[in-house]
Parts: sequence; C-alpha cells; structure tokens
Amino acid sequence: MQRSNKDIWVGLFVLIGAAALLFLALQSANLLSLNFQRTYQVTARFDNIGGLKPQTAVKSAGVVVGRVDSITFDDKNFQASVTLALQSRYSFPKDSSLKILTSGLLGEQYIGIEAGAEEKNLQAGDVITATQSAVVLENLIGQFLYSKAAEGGSPPANANKK
Amino acid sequence: MSWYNPSDIGFAVRSKLADLGLGARLFLRLVLRGASSLKRFGLVRDQIHFLGNYSLAIIAVSGLFVGFVLGLQGYYTLQRYGSSEALGLLVALSLVRELGPVVAALLFAGRAGTSLTAEIGLMKAGEQLSAMEMMAVDPVQRILAPRFWAGVITMPLLAAVFSAVGVLGGYVVGVLMLGVDAGAFWGQMQNGVDVWRDVGNGVVKSFVFGLTVTFVALLEGYESLPTPEGVSRATTRTVVVASLAVLGLDFLLTAMMFSI
Repeated sequence: MQRSNKDIWVGLFVLIGAAALLFLALQSANLLSLNFQRTYQVTARFDNIGGLKPQTAVKSAGVVVGRVDSITFDDKNFQASVTLALQSRYSFPKDSSLKILTSGLLGEQYIGIEAGAEEKNLQAGDVITATQSAVVLENLIGQFLYSKAAEGGSPPANANKK
Repeated sequence: MSWYNPSDIGFAVRSKLADLGLGARLFLRLVLRGASSLKRFGLVRDQIHFLGNYSLAIIAVSGLFVGFVLGLQGYYTLQRYGSSEALGLLVALSLVRELGPVVAALLFAGRAGTSLTAEIGLMKAGEQLSAMEMMAVDPVQRILAPRFWAGVITMPLLAAVFSAVGVLGGYVVGVLMLGVDAGAFWGQMQNGVDVWRDVGNGVVKSFVFGLTVTFVALLEGYESLPTPEGVSRATTRTVVVASLAVLGLDFLLTAMMFSI
C-alpha cells in the first residue's frame, strides 16, 4: 500500500484522540481503581438502608475494602438485603457488624464494617445480621420531640393543681 | 396565495415524505454498501485528514475555554456552599456527559459539515457526479461513503479531545488560579465519574452525533439544487438541521442513558 504524508498526520490525529480517551478513562474516571481484584460476596440484612446505592464503598477503619453489589427488598422479613462484594485479600471475623454511616454532614453514605472477635472468618455467601441501619433524620427529630414532650408535659399539670 | 389550498398541502406533504424516504434510502446505502469503502482506506484516510486534523485546533481551543468558564462559574457557585472541592467532579461530569459531545458536534457541523455540503453541492452543480455515473462509478460509494465513515470515525475522537482539554482547562482555573486543592480536585472527580456509565456513554453520544452531522451534511449536499443559490441554501440548512438534530438527539439520549 502506498504511503503518503497524510498517513503521518492522520496517525497523529488518531493518537491524540486515543490519548484523550485514555486520559479521561484513567485520570478523570476510575478505571484503575475499578478493582479487577477477586471478591467474595456476603449478604447483609438492614432494617433501613437510607440512601445507599449500588457501587457504594464498604470501608473498614476508613479504608475501602469492597463495594455494594446489589440491593434488593426481602418481603419475607421486610428487610433490605444488601449484597456486598468484599475484596478477597481482606478477611473479617464471622461476627463482624455493619453500620451505615455518612461521610461528613452532607456527604454520601457508606457501609462501615467493624471486625468482631470470632476465630472463623466470613465466607462467600454468608449472611450478616448484626447491622445498624442508616440514621433517618425524620425519626431522629420525632424521637427528640417525643422526649421533649415527655419532659415538658408535667409543669402545666402542676400549674393546674394550684 | 392561498396556502390552505388542499392540493398545495398535499403537494407539500408528499414532497416532505419523499425527502424523508430519499434520506432513509441514502442512509441505508451509506451504512450497508458504504462499509466496503473502508477497504479502500486511502479515500477514508484523506477525509479523516480533512475533517479531523483541520478541526483539531478549533475543538481544542474551544474545549480549553469551555473548561476555563466551567472552572470559574462552578467555583463561584460551589464556594457558597463550602464545597469547592467538588469542582473537579462538576467540570468532569458536565464535560464528559454533555458539553463534550454536544459542543464538539456543533463545532464539527460548522467547521466540517458545511465544507462537506459545499463540496458535494458544487460537484453536483459542476455535473461531476453525473459524469461519474456515466462512467459506471457509483458516486455514493466513491464520494459520499468515504466522507461519511471519516466523519463517524472522527467525531468521537474530537469529542474526547474536547472533554480532555476542557478538564485540563478546569484544572488550570480551579487549582492553579483559584487555589482548589489538587488532590481533592482529582480525587472527587475519580470517585464520581464512572468509566462506562459516564465516559462510555459520552463516547456513544458523540458517535451518534458524528453519524447525524455527517449524514445531514452529505444529504443536504447531495440533494442541493445545482445552482449557486441552491448550494448556499444547502450549506445554511446543514448547520441549522444538524444543530437542531444534535440538540434534540442529546435530550433523547440523555433521557435513555441516565434515567436511573
């Protein structure tokens, strides 16, 4: 095939385009941290998951150790069943507990995993039931108002007696 | 005079329908039989050189300035809520998802689409296309198809260049000039931008836009009246129709891609 001067320039153009795509994939997206590491799946049951989404980070001591794989609703016991993909290189005791936490005041939610004391480790397919649900602000305000009302309810009753 | 004359309306509807059918037929011919023009890659290469290399400068410069502006505006707004660290995420997401494909396609329609239309319109006016047909050379395969595929190949690359340069522009303004922390800028961006969902869908979008803009440019040129006014009108219509099609398709594609 005949080579012409244009080949070089077209090649350069395609190279620049490919470099731009690579830059977008590596530097501004998460292709490298997209873990190709092996994972094992564990299911956890939560009463309330708040704003948890698939791909949310699972952290232990602040280090990302896995991601949320899928979230489904279990209509047998009316709980959310969350499948976690934990990285194979990390193992946790069988009685580890999970909490849904929020990074910062307005940050996104993540799952914190706290190691237990059992000798046996979590295996693929295990179910974790020691979980703490997400904090729902409305419930919190409701509890606060309720306790306030319980405290403040008595003085008017005394005043009536006078 | 009387635009509501039934026969006029019927004529207008029929001619619009015929235009649509003609366009669809040309599109099928380009996609099905035109693919064989990829074997004669020399023709496509020449067109990539013409459409891509010469558009690179305007795309890169526009991308840089769009990135600058996104950096500035995003910073002023985010700073009010004390979350200027999310600037990287804002700049990258808006560029990769929307602005990169759309603005690059609009620029491409203005820079490359018009020249395609004018070139083919003038070929038609000079009866070069008829001469080719007389020599049993199919002008769709020889002239239109290489340009079509070159445009389809070029557009995603140009959009990627636009987005990448725009992100760098946002970095220059946000980090170097306004003092957002560089680690937070890149870190938030990498946390929030997904390779397949955001970057991949952006590439799909720009591919569709490349198909649209190049096809509209070729169709308008191929169907232009073989007169100076006809060619000039076809060139104008290329920009108008291609831009509207890109913006409308963008809405549809966004609604389909990011609905969940």
